[in-house]
Amino acid sequence: MSTLTRQQVLDLYFLAARHQLIEIAAFLDRVDRARGEADFRLEAFRAALRQLESAPADRAQAVLMAFSDPTTEPLPRAPGKGAVGAWPGPARAAA
Amino acid sequence: MRYIEPHAHMVSRVTDDYVAMVTAGCAAVCEPAFWAGFDRRSPQAFYDYFCQLTEHEPRRAAKFGLPHFCWLCLNPKEAEDPGFAREVLAIIPEFLNRPNVLGIGEIGLNKNSRNELQVLEWHVDLAARTGQLILVHTPHLEDKYKGTRLTLDVLRADSRIRPERVIIDHVEEHTVQMVLEGGFWAGMTLYPETKCTPARAIDILERYGPERLWLNSACDWGVSVPLIVAHTALEMRRRGWSAAAVDRVLYQNPLQFLSQSPRFKLPTAAEAPV
Repeated sequence: MSTLTRQQVLDLYFLAARHQLIEIAAFLDRVDRARGEADFRLEAFRAALRQLESAPADRAQAVLMAFSDPTTEPLPRAPGKGAVGAWPGPARAAA
Repeated sequence: MRYIEPHAHMVSRVTDDYVAMVTAGCAAVCEPAFWAGFDRRSPQAFYDYFCQLTEHEPRRAAKFGLPHFCWLCLNPKEAEDPGFAREVLAIIPEFLNRPNVLGIGEIGLNKNSRNELQVLEWHVDLAARTGQLILVHTPHLEDKYKGTRLTLDVLRADSRIRPERVIIDHVEEHTVQMVLEGGFWAGMTLYPETKCTPARAIDILERYGPERLWLNSACDWGVSVPLIVAHTALEMRRRGWSAAAVDRVLYQNPLQFLSQSPRFKLPTAAEAPV
């Protein structure tokens, strides 16, 4: 269904993508300048960033999977209602 | 242009939103039962909520010429107490024959717990026994992939469920394929910060085609945009989509799925009040 050329995609989305990329860079700088320890979300974020270069295609899917709980067993109880955006890993998830 | 908003929590919105939606071409709005942002303290609170969805909100929408439909359930965010859930599910059949009720939804999982799974199975059973359409919520963020897989397992395990009568909502790039390959409908929710953006939703449509896909705003009391489906129409046109292709996804697709309910009837152009 896509009728756009690569040039047209760049014309439509390059500035927005550039803006979002700079926001990510500034976010990481902000985290670095801040005091205290980071939690598992930062490592998940860095792992997701690596998908941008290593995934040959389907980068959006690869990034989403980098943040996702890959397990298949239901939890014994819901630990609350909210989601934080990154899976903490099996040890933290069970805690 | 015209569009159907198949997922919006209008009880959380103001009348200006109704004005804007109708002005933008909204032809009908469908409201799944939802979490209020806090846990309701009794099944009677759900009774009142179901009355709001089936009596008050359709009257409010009608003042702006907008047909209002709804789905009924206990939302997965309140499904951790199976005893409480049982009491709420017992109320629902009383409402299923009301004229704007389309089916059971938005059911599903939130944190992918055993209790949530049990309550999901009860909802699926209720829908199967009463011949209702099903609208499924899939979990947020890190829980979506696992929750979508668990939900598909529940639906496939019940031989009474016909996939073409089930819409699985809030799909993204990592879940859309498994939903469509299962024969189900898939909904994409357009949010400013989570779920899909208009550009990504169009990417998915261009990749998988327009069959069995719809778009919605899922606007509620949180950060959300009631007009984002209309905004996406503009994005589609910028991407070179024809007016007919836009209409197919934003109007005809939801019309096709929702018309499986005998209650989903839209006024003809001559009958429409505005």
